[in-house]
Amino acid sequence: MSMNSAGGGQRVTPPDQRSTGASMAGAERGLVGVMGVFLLTAGVRSGSAVQKLVFSGLGAGLTALALSGRSPVATALKIRQNADGETLVSDAVTIGKGADELYAIWRRFENLPSLMKHLERVEVLDERRSRWTVKAPAGYSGGEVSWEAEMTADEPGRRIAWQSLPDAQIENSGEVQFRAAPGNRGTEVLVRLKYRPPGGTTGVVVARVLGQEPSQQLRDDLMRFKREQELGGYHPTTEGQSSGRASKGGQA
Amino acid sequence: MKAIVWQGTNHVGVETVPDPTLLLPTDAIVRITSTAICGSDLHLLDGYIPSMEKGDILGHEFMGEVVEVGSAVKKVRVGERVIMPFNLACGVCDPCQRGLFSACDNSNPNHRMAEALYGATSASGLFGYSHLFGGYAGGQAQFVRVPFADVSCFAIESDLRDDQVLFLTDIFPTGYMAAENCAIVPGRDVVAVFGAGPVGQFAVRSAQMLGAAEVIVIDRVPERLRLAEAAGARTINYDETDVLVALHEATGGRGPDHVIDAVGLEAHGHGPGALLDTAEQKMRLSFDRITALRWAILSCAKGGTVSMPGVYGGLVDKMPLGAAFNKGLTFKMGQTHTHRYVRPLLQRIQQGEIDPSFVITHRAALSKGPELYKTFREKHDGCIKVVLDPWA
Repeated sequence: MSMNSAGGGQRVTPPDQRSTGASMAGAERGLVGVMGVFLLTAGVRSGSAVQKLVFSGLGAGLTALALSGRSPVATALKIRQNADGETLVSDAVTIGKGADELYAIWRRFENLPSLMKHLERVEVLDERRSRWTVKAPAGYSGGEVSWEAEMTADEPGRRIAWQSLPDAQIENSGEVQFRAAPGNRGTEVLVRLKYRPPGGTTGVVVARVLGQEPSQQLRDDLMRFKREQELGGYHPTTEGQSSGRASKGGQA
Repeated sequence: MKAIVWQGTNHVGVETVPDPTLLLPTDAIVRITSTAICGSDLHLLDGYIPSMEKGDILGHEFMGEVVEVGSAVKKVRVGERVIMPFNLACGVCDPCQRGLFSACDNSNPNHRMAEALYGATSASGLFGYSHLFGGYAGGQAQFVRVPFADVSCFAIESDLRDDQVLFLTDIFPTGYMAAENCAIVPGRDVVAVFGAGPVGQFAVRSAQMLGAAEVIVIDRVPERLRLAEAAGARTINYDETDVLVALHEATGGRGPDHVIDAVGLEAHGHGPGALLDTAEQKMRLSFDRITALRWAILSCAKGGTVSMPGVYGGLVDKMPLGAAFNKGLTFKMGQTHTHRYVRPLLQRIQQGEIDPSFVITHRAALSKGPELYKTFREKHDGCIKVVLDPWA
């Protein structure tokens, strides 16, 4: 039995969101391949049996990876890419409020930075265009990354989509959907983002390890949004609570 | 104030720490009058629940008197005598609306950490139970900060003693939910309870209250078995007899209709599985020793329930899933939805159906807490349940 009776079925994953893992960019693939062949050669030439085994094993593994083009670390970290090499990020959360209300909050782009800790600011330029600024990932010069985006869809109470304009520092696009959750549970908010990361797949892996990668930020932001709406702004916290650390100077 | 503080694996101590303060307008501060040591605190002592930090205040079974409330607190009043469920719940999210308080979406500020470790959506925040579960300061102390005060605080207006209502915060509802999850058919079903610690003892009495035809208890500590016998249960000492053979014979070859695993991740036991579990856990290759769970699955009757109030932490292997599948077992588990049991069980206490203070064997000042942690863990001196007085 489905509550979603209007208009029949809908594909869960649209074609441009399909992915099976993460692949390495050309340069990354080349580097891994060279390392693989180097280790393999060193292993075969080595006099020690243990070294022979370890080096040739590692070398053979890396060479195979370079040939396949898959990035096992990125894939293991559940980093997803589409066929065009764009990194895909998506997340969803159910919030106990109506879709119209939540849509209205999102639609005021200039207010989004107060909901999303990772957004520095959003300036609305005209009816369709806006300028977005986020804190730059570690190692990225300038401290900030910013781009102009154009709204490509605006369906009140249902969906907002956008696409970065051609000279953007980070090419990206995305959409947010609002859909009534079955059984009066509020609204399902689904966000899908696509971007070309600086530094290829390796850049995404490094950002993930540093906790600055968009999928982690998105999860934080969606949970923050949910809590803002459901708890009336009183976000759960333990910051400043008593512990045995404070008594020895300096609270964790 | 004085508080029992986690200082590292196998080290707890009493320290003087700052008094708690209101951090949010929805908080209350409670002056603690009684606080207990729970079996699951031992998993923290032993270092099997990750993400403890030195200086964390322990304790999740406590009660007291409200001394301060935040500006957004509507129901709770200063001076009220209250008990607080060990799990924290916001009261408004979808799981809370459905009575699944221990699955609250909003009470764990460190949800990301729990999601990363368990690979799935996180449980609620818990008092004094590691940063995975929110990192909230616990109540083995003189005062505690109570988040979500209007949802967390249950006023106790009757003249019942602390000893009689304190365990409504955890072990009584935990044992009760374990029995309720079995959907016992009164007068027909046999229930086996693995583990005769405090939760096991409450599971035995709850199963009886819910009409079990017979309750069989499995443990190896004589005084625990005696306490279960005093309630009318049959007992099996697994050090003296083969559990699976004994349960098979005691139930005419059917097996117990439902089995409660009130042991969890630090099971002892016999056989190659138990040895392998211990070796893996010592090498930190796995979090859990699952001998009790394995016995539960293997002994349970066809179509029965394996109810798991015992705490598990990580990935489990060598689990006899084929046996479970072929017998068509139902698994019910999870942290207790304590909030939903407080009032109905309080009513049972008021009506004299049960006096929860029967489990208490040790009472002492908070300053004796660290010693009693050891006594409780080693099960020395007949220790079954410890209650501490923060002001003695």
